[in-house]
Amino acid sequence: MTQVVQLRMTTAVTKMKKRVGTPERLTTQRLVFTLCVLAVLLFIVGIISIATGSEQVSFSTVVRIISEKIIGGVADVSPEHRLIISEIRLPRVLMAIVVGSALAVAGSAYQALLRNPLADPGILGISSGAALGAITATIFAESLPISRPVAAFVGAVLTIAVVYALGQGRRGSGTERLILAGVITNASLSSIVIFLVTSASGARQRSVLSWLIGDLSGESRLLLPVALFVMIGIGAVYVNARSLNLMMIGEEEALTLGVETRRVKIAVYLAASLLTGAAVAVSGAIGFVGLIIPHSVRLVGGSDNRLVIPASALVGGAFLMLADTIARTVVAPRELNIGVITSLVGAPVFVYLLRRTN
Amino acid sequence: MLEAYNLEFSYGRPVLKGVSFSAGQGELFALLGPNGSGKSTLIKIIVGILHAERGTVSIDGRDLTSIPRRDLAKLVGYVAQESAMRFPLTAMELVLQGRFAQGRLIGFESERDISEAEWAMGVTETLEYAARPVTELSGGERQRVMLARAIAVRPKVLVLDEPVANLDVAHQVKMLGLIKRLSVEEEMTAVVVTHELNLAAEFANKVLFLRQGEVIKSGPPREVMTEEVLRGVFETDLIVDDSPISGAPRVTLIAGQ
Repeated sequence: MTQVVQLRMTTAVTKMKKRVGTPERLTTQRLVFTLCVLAVLLFIVGIISIATGSEQVSFSTVVRIISEKIIGGVADVSPEHRLIISEIRLPRVLMAIVVGSALAVAGSAYQALLRNPLADPGILGISSGAALGAITATIFAESLPISRPVAAFVGAVLTIAVVYALGQGRRGSGTERLILAGVITNASLSSIVIFLVTSASGARQRSVLSWLIGDLSGESRLLLPVALFVMIGIGAVYVNARSLNLMMIGEEEALTLGVETRRVKIAVYLAASLLTGAAVAVSGAIGFVGLIIPHSVRLVGGSDNRLVIPASALVGGAFLMLADTIARTVVAPRELNIGVITSLVGAPVFVYLLRRTN
Repeated sequence: MLEAYNLEFSYGRPVLKGVSFSAGQGELFALLGPNGSGKSTLIKIIVGILHAERGTVSIDGRDLTSIPRRDLAKLVGYVAQESAMRFPLTAMELVLQGRFAQGRLIGFESERDISEAEWAMGVTETLEYAARPVTELSGGERQRVMLARAIAVRPKVLVLDEPVANLDVAHQVKMLGLIKRLSVEEEMTAVVVTHELNLAAEFANKVLFLRQGEVIKSGPPREVMTEEVLRGVFETDLIVDDSPISGAPRVTLIAGQ
């Protein structure tokens, strides 16, 4: 009797899991539902981030000013609050969304291409390459702000080319070899970056150092061009999402299943470098976002890149907004660098994820 | 009909030296030979990963090099020796990848893709764990899911690189039985690389012995699996007699003498 009951329960649980808990595959409905939930989450975190700071602003004031910006009209709020929100916090929150999305999507792209969940723009040395590009632009073309993201992109592309060339074995590029090549490249580029920063004059040295650790405070004039770069980069990765699903299992097998692997690789490497370059140019090398966000998304929503890529963009944006809010408030009136927060949060979460995955 | 004619290939040193063979529709064709004899290179040329320096491979008279990549994917299914399973895709998601060449580059799978994937999983007895992550499957289960992925487009030619290498004997028999059934019932030409001489003798319609990039012998197992041929190919002492059950050649290695 007990056995029959147990069997019935097991069957019921299996049926229920099949229906809700462990879906067999990603469907359009699940994708749309998940992205809508995450978009709402992003919006809520955005409102909280804008409202929070040394000068506390009510949520309703924030919503009123945002709706004024979107649908027009004049909201009844104090000029101080209008100034704080419009000129300081809103651009900063938008920058956090742009940078967080860029880093998270770049991470998921590198992980799929290299078939390694530990790949990340930082680990592969691409962030350092982008940083070197951005610093070179700051030294030689300081009056031209747009040169920074462009030079960071060039730095990222050149770095991935070098890492890829170094990682090539006799029979193509082994994943582990490529990661090692990234570690070596990262070490070399970091020393050049530190040399350049150390040679700079006192005031500039402090600002560059602060930017290097990760800083969202200074570059709001670059928000629009960088957002454009990031949208192009995410779009270019997303159109290859289905091909990336196949390449995660093996490049040769993907080729036999009809994927133009060479074209996909070039397109996604370029797009991920654009994302890394854009993010690093405005905010320095913020670590762990590209590693942790795609990992977390996969644990909850599965590994299909058609979900992982847009969901990582939304979660990455929300994560970086939260990290920035903490950085702005935890030692107020002073500010911590956002890179400190992402590393502090990121390292233990990563260890937890690593253990759970294993 | 799968035909290869005078294939040559080198990785600096020659790996294939004028290999020719033909395998008919519905046949199971086993490639045998010692390590480094060129078996894996040969099948990588058949599936289009490598290109032969000389010679041709054709399916029903069509030269493979003239077939676009996506069309070739609909004709030839491939199961690699090892696949990276570092991301927890579900078994169903993995099998649906086999339908990539049929669908759009962007977007979702059609109802037809799903029904064909379910058919492939039904045939390979993997449907019951369609929702399970492939990272959690056993070696045998995973290998059958990879087979389901390869047959999800119902290819004319199915190529498998050591499909039973990491399986226990029961799973080896099950896997080769499955491949045999597919070749007969779905009229696929199955090309299998293996080191399991006795299983090849039981299941294959034809075997081909490669050694140092050259074909030593090719034909039905009962005709070509002789002591003389096998000793020459593998350079080890062995006895060949007939299986008391099936009558197929039975190879016994003489070890420790």
